[in-house]
Amino acid sequence: MDWNNFYDKLLNFGPFLEHSNEIWSGFLATIRLSAMAAVLALVLGTLLAAMRVSPVSVMRATATMYVNTLRNTPLTLILLFCGLGLRDTLGFMAQAAPTVSGYWLAVAGLSAYTAAFVCETLRSGINTVPIGQAEAARSVGLPFSQSLRLVILPQAFRAVIAPLGSVLIAMIKNTSVALVAGYFEATATMKQLFDDVGATVPLFFGFAIGYMILTLPTGLLFGWLAKRMAVTR
Amino acid sequence: MRKGRYGAALAALAAVAVLLTACSTKKDSSVVERAKENNKLTIGVKFDQPGIGLKKPDGSVEGFDIDVATYIAKQLGVDAKNIAWKETRSVNRESFLQNGNVDLAVASYTINPNRKKKVGFAGPYYIAHQDIMVRSNDNSIQSFADLKGKRLCQVAGSNSWENITRGTNKLNQKQDVVLFPANSYDECMTKLRGKSVDVVSTDDVILAGFAARDPQNFKVVGAPFTDEKYGVGMKKGDKKSCEAVNMAIKKMYEDGSAQRFLEKNFGAAKFKYADTLPAFEPCS
Repeated sequence: MDWNNFYDKLLNFGPFLEHSNEIWSGFLATIRLSAMAAVLALVLGTLLAAMRVSPVSVMRATATMYVNTLRNTPLTLILLFCGLGLRDTLGFMAQAAPTVSGYWLAVAGLSAYTAAFVCETLRSGINTVPIGQAEAARSVGLPFSQSLRLVILPQAFRAVIAPLGSVLIAMIKNTSVALVAGYFEATATMKQLFDDVGATVPLFFGFAIGYMILTLPTGLLFGWLAKRMAVTR
Repeated sequence: MRKGRYGAALAALAAVAVLLTACSTKKDSSVVERAKENNKLTIGVKFDQPGIGLKKPDGSVEGFDIDVATYIAKQLGVDAKNIAWKETRSVNRESFLQNGNVDLAVASYTINPNRKKKVGFAGPYYIAHQDIMVRSNDNSIQSFADLKGKRLCQVAGSNSWENITRGTNKLNQKQDVVLFPANSYDECMTKLRGKSVDVVSTDDVILAGFAARDPQNFKVVGAPFTDEKYGVGMKKGDKKSCEAVNMAIKKMYEDGSAQRFLEKNFGAAKFKYADTLPAFEPCS
């Protein structure tokens, strides 16, 4: 292997700069997807956690089944189901503009999957709240929903901020398979660049750094929040 | 102390990189000579394109590229049973040839100036054209101009959609289409059948391969707008092999084998293929 070849494959970051526009819009698409999926996953996950600790056995069973199914299914399969299954075969949202249906189907798949992890994280947080807190809430006459909302969950959330950060980081990285649901994001952009410049090492590194720019601050922010918001007992 | 450790790790990485590159430097003699000597060839083909290069569940491969490659190998003195087939994807064809993972690449491999900088080409053995595929009951698209506003399957890692949206085609026309992202042309077929997209566009022979599998649902419109010269990829500078492969291609068209291969692989698709020898590019 001659030097030019070596340089092209290992060290030439030129293509990365030449295509900076496409790469930027790719990562913008990743951010849009992550932000929406994060909000929906948090809402759905909290709901599921509430169901899993509720006194109604049907709700407990439903939430348990949901979590066990979604958490143990590969994300790629879930997103393929949303894209190829729901839309392309069953015709759900088939008439919508591709950018709209692709986005919302990817959001749906990703948040449905992540919600299962949010639920389990939050449930472990609920377990850190001393049983006395729940008993005290009951003894002042709060019903289940209020004792959960006003006493248990605020303490539980504060206990699991750091692990929720890990879930969020995992989710941001998981957006990289959203192409199977028909959503064009950063990793799809990378694949497209492979066709132009070849699968060179600098491209891989460049995109890895791009993802790290999104995930590292997320981790730092959640670490800081966790320390600041920790419940002192 | 900390810094020293990082430095050591970096040095180790660099050493590994140098070793890796050193390992791949071997086998410098030309492909024809090696083929004659060892009676063996490793040929890179596509494994996922029906009609062109497709790996079947039993492990064998079939398609136009496979037939062409087998014929060329035979002319170079290598029997069909001594060919090792290796999958080359669009993104790794250059690296595989440069590193010697494959001797030749016959993988719907379009000759273009960018690629010529990295590898050598014999041929072309066929000139394909980018065309349009639609559902067989859809008569609203007859030409390139009719694509306006239609939903086009956008395969990540393929430049076919860019030829339409950026105007890199023979007509020098851009077309406003609605892009629909997908992972592969296989996926595009599912989307086309399910009416999520209206159009799939790439090289006509690839489309014909898909249409031949399912002629009730799909048809190729027959409105070509690019020239894709399919060449036989090899290591850059292997002029001897390039000339030998060109001889083989010429013979393939003269003795009627090429026409037979085309009919066998694309006959069912009602697709008008060209059956004359394309003009060769100069070997370098």
